[in-house]
Amino acid sequence: MELLVASAIGLLTSSGLYLVLRLRTFPVIMGISLLTYAVNVFLFASGRLVVGAPPILQDGVSGYTDPLPQALVLTAIVISFGMTAVVVMIALGAYLGSNNDKVDDPVSAQKIDVEEVE
Amino acid sequence: MTHWIIAPVILPAILAPFIILAARYHLGIQRVFSVAGVIGLIAVATGLAWQASDGSVMLYQLGGWAAPFGIVIVGDRLSTLMVLLTSVLALFVLLYSIGSNWDNRGRHFHALYHFQLMGIMGAFLTGDLFNLFVFFEVLLIASYGLMIHSGGDLRLRAGVQYVLFNLLGSTLFLFALGSIYAETGTLNMADIAQRVQLIDDNATAGIRVAAVLLLLVFIIKAAVFPLHFWLPSSYAEAPGPVAALFAIMTKVGAYAIIRVYTVIFPPDLLVTNGLHTKWLLPFALISLVVGVCGVLAARKLDRLAAYSIVASMGMVMIAISFFTLSSIAAALYYIVHSTFAAAALFLIVDLVRTSRANLELTEQPPVSDAALTAGLFFIAAIAMTGLPPLSGFMGKLLILDAAFDTENMVWVWSVILVASLVSIVGFSRAGSIVFWKTQNCEQVENNVNHIAPTALSYAGIGGLIAVLVIYTIFSGPIYHYMVATAEQLFAPKEYISTVLESPGKLTKSTEGY
Repeated sequence: MELLVASAIGLLTSSGLYLVLRLRTFPVIMGISLLTYAVNVFLFASGRLVVGAPPILQDGVSGYTDPLPQALVLTAIVISFGMTAVVVMIALGAYLGSNNDKVDDPVSAQKIDVEEVE
Repeated sequence: MTHWIIAPVILPAILAPFIILAARYHLGIQRVFSVAGVIGLIAVATGLAWQASDGSVMLYQLGGWAAPFGIVIVGDRLSTLMVLLTSVLALFVLLYSIGSNWDNRGRHFHALYHFQLMGIMGAFLTGDLFNLFVFFEVLLIASYGLMIHSGGDLRLRAGVQYVLFNLLGSTLFLFALGSIYAETGTLNMADIAQRVQLIDDNATAGIRVAAVLLLLVFIIKAAVFPLHFWLPSSYAEAPGPVAALFAIMTKVGAYAIIRVYTVIFPPDLLVTNGLHTKWLLPFALISLVVGVCGVLAARKLDRLAAYSIVASMGMVMIAISFFTLSSIAAALYYIVHSTFAAAALFLIVDLVRTSRANLELTEQPPVSDAALTAGLFFIAAIAMTGLPPLSGFMGKLLILDAAFDTENMVWVWSVILVASLVSIVGFSRAGSIVFWKTQNCEQVENNVNHIAPTALSYAGIGGLIAVLVIYTIFSGPIYHYMVATAEQLFAPKEYISTVLESPGKLTKSTEGY
């Protein structure tokens, strides 16, 4: 169980990092999504792995799982989902505007100033 | 329990949706409410700073839940000082963005501005690490909107970089929080502080990893080498007033480092021993060098301003990395100074941008109102490079003085002094090309790009400069206050006992509601 979760986190993180280093918006966003999945599982595991135990006090139950990481994961999922939506929109805007989906600094950024002043 | 301590978070949180819902089509009304809100924030922040100035720690339990279970808002000298700094900065930057009509070049500027303020204030006031993460996200998501305000291809592209880098930073923050929770079982800063002391010396691997991860997250925010790469292009491409407001964002990282590494991992703790002097100091020094090299090498004025932020954060981090009483006081003094100086610089760069074809450091016709703009640039450059008589010089002197007794004194002194010289050369080169080498060019009459800046724009910049001058004049009392702040930081007992021992729902002693 521990090995399974740990290797899943490791696999997700490493493939996420690999994709983040690809420097095109689509793979980078996919990589960030994988990283956020990895961190969600990691947060979940930070309260110790317990199978089949309730998180809330009940009668006649002796073992419980930690409820706090579940709440943290919920917050993290919502935030990362929202942020991913934002970055997809901005990346689409940048791609449609310049017909180029690279995420590194354009070589010409130092030379060209496209600042439009009304 | 006073309710005022949460007002800096609540006020923008109410004002921003109000501006979106009730005033979305009326820029005039938006401006009035926005300015009134920021003035209200200054009033509240001044009151809070006054209350905290006697060394007391203010606590607010959200929903009345006691500390380890509920989220707490804590105001001590440092928090209230940063809140006051943010609100004063916000007023002048807001005046400039109204004066320069930046808020009219895209939608929802004022609403995003207040959401951003809400996030920054919350990050300064919270006493809970996960809540700190949430407020980081609030300020980041507002900053994404502000960063790409009014669009443009290069700006959108820089915005993508900025958002992606910060998403990676947030993921790293979550990893750090997960490992801290796994090691201590709590996320309340005061509670973690107590439990870290109890960790057995043979089982510190996990908490060490967590401490380093947390430091990495904060130096991403503070843009310290080698994690500063997101800063130059985002700050250079962001709208001028937004970049000026972002001057406080790097300080959020510095604040978080000071807070976490005095309360949770105090300098005498064995677990994190050597983390600052062995690891943070070299990177801070390199950061300063990279910053001034960028200032010297910049081919555009906005990049120059952005690299000067990297350099000033390097300076702040050098002071922080000693973690002594005098060095933290010096760092706090320099943080306030460099926030105002950097904001003024970005606003002046924006002034130059409005009346020049581009910001490249080439010979071009003079900017409109050249004498006044050049004079302001001169003052801001003096402040930024740390020449006398302005507070940059005082701050640098305090940092050098704090470094005098340490074993790395030779390195620190030589790097800071040489870096100062290089940055003076960089600034004077840029200033003389932009403002003086204008005689040989053809004088273009009635150029469409030339709009004379409004009085309100100058009021925004002049206000920042005036604050810098006042800050310099009252350096003595202010430095004493910074020392008192540092003393409070190095005695976290009161902070911890206030947070954990104030009664509330689920208090341990009563075991009930």
